[in-house]
Amino acid sequence: MRKEILMTIEKNSKISPKELAILLGKEEIEVANEIKKMEEEGIICGYHTLIDWEKTSIETVTALIEVRVTPQRGQGFDSIAERIYNYPEVHSVYLISGGFDLLVTLEGKSLKEVSAFVSDKLSTLDTVLSTATHFILKKYKAQGTVLAKKPKDKREVITP
Amino acid sequence: MTIPLSNKIVNIKPSGIRKFFDLVSEMQDVISLGVGEPDFDTPWHIRDEGIYALEKGRTFYTSNSGLKELKQEICNYLKNSQNISYDYNSEIMVTVGGSEAIDIALRAMVNTGDEVLIPQPSYVSYYPCAILAGATPVIIDLKAENNFKLTAQEILEKITNKTKFLILPFPNNPTGSIMEKEDLEDIAKVIIEKDLYVISDEIYSELTYGKKHVSIASIKGMKERTVLINGFSKAYAMTGWRLGYACAPEPILKQMLKIHQYAIMCAPTTSQYAAIEALRHGENDVETMKTEYNHRRRFLMNAFKEMKLDCFEPFGAFYVFPCIKEFGLTSEEFATRFLKEEKVATVPGTAFGDSGEGFLRISYAYSLETLKEAMIRLNKFITKLRNEK
Repeated sequence: MRKEILMTIEKNSKISPKELAILLGKEEIEVANEIKKMEEEGIICGYHTLIDWEKTSIETVTALIEVRVTPQRGQGFDSIAERIYNYPEVHSVYLISGGFDLLVTLEGKSLKEVSAFVSDKLSTLDTVLSTATHFILKKYKAQGTVLAKKPKDKREVITP
Repeated sequence: MTIPLSNKIVNIKPSGIRKFFDLVSEMQDVISLGVGEPDFDTPWHIRDEGIYALEKGRTFYTSNSGLKELKQEICNYLKNSQNISYDYNSEIMVTVGGSEAIDIALRAMVNTGDEVLIPQPSYVSYYPCAILAGATPVIIDLKAENNFKLTAQEILEKITNKTKFLILPFPNNPTGSIMEKEDLEDIAKVIIEKDLYVISDEIYSELTYGKKHVSIASIKGMKERTVLINGFSKAYAMTGWRLGYACAPEPILKQMLKIHQYAIMCAPTTSQYAAIEALRHGENDVETMKTEYNHRRRFLMNAFKEMKLDCFEPFGAFYVFPCIKEFGLTSEEFATRFLKEEKVATVPGTAFGDSGEGFLRISYAYSLETLKEAMIRLNKFITKLRNEK
């Protein structure tokens, strides 16, 4: 049941336990308890809204920053990752295999704000060897959802 | 001057669905629940394989019976899912949708006057195809109290010394009914005893909920007597690719292949390449779509329960078939008024045979949001009808 709950609410976190129970053919109380348990266990970490900021008048800039760091003895990458993710403007931090170590995504109000963060805060950390900043120009798809217009039903209206 | 027209064709009624289609087409902002095809797009990797085939210039005829690799994949699929062993070379052919397979199976086996048992409500093409093949169709009216399953008794009641075939349309369009192993074993007994053959249309085989589809060809002694028809339209959301297949004992398939060879040549090449990809790597897509359909199915069943609308729980295809007899309207009257007054298009049960009278086919090949809105309107409509009484 867990898998089916997760797969469903991953796409629609707004769904109520009652509705979810109908779709899954379970009792409401069962579903509600399972969700609560998964929240407590940290499997469900939050409920977010996917916003296409471009369609609003609010200016935002998203950047992906590749960061190369020196791992620290006894702690590996964890402590440097922590120093970075504690900044509220940092959206996500991933440890990555390949040519660099950490992938940091950043949401800022403007280009200036993002570059200030990189040059003043990120690059100046002792363990950071180098950074490469990529600004996102357009989001086509995010979190599994295509951000374009909803396609129309192309089917004939009645078919056998 | 008289236009030369075949009496056989002229006497065939156009599909009852067509009439409704015309009515709906004239209206605007209609929510349609009348479509018999998936709402999902063909999974991208399958489309990509079709595109790749075009890019590579694979634009020629294939052999009449289809690409060898595709027939081998079909063979593996039937082995894995149903434990039926077909020889890909002599017992499988690729067709233009399941529809072609139904037509040529009948034409390959029927002699004038042979009786074909057709359970109804069922898909609209069996009856006319049987007529065109020169058969005499004999209708078996499936009953709501049996959840629209076919019973051995119903077959026995209709058998004469002219009966040759049974068409077995499960999982069923329009009722959503499925046949389970025990049900099929009862049928198989009669078929073998009475020396009949079966044309089993299993196009919805991948879309069953909580219970796995069983093919009648997997039952002992039945592979030899069955033309198994399936395809890619419903499982992989590939309706427009027009690709299906038929598996049959070699003597039958040989004759079917002759019709196909002269009338069709071969199934679309692009589609065949895409279908290989579907069978090789499409399992997860089917699972995802099925989970989604199942959610919608449960949603509708719950909505009917809340508005106290009588409906048996179907476990296959993507249709529910609620009973509307309490309102004292015919299926067509109900569907027409529902369309005109609430702008929701459904298909009257009678489009699938007289025994569909008193029922409505509702397709759940639609998003949950659409279904939610449609159920609000249905509730409003039937509340009005109940108050009228």
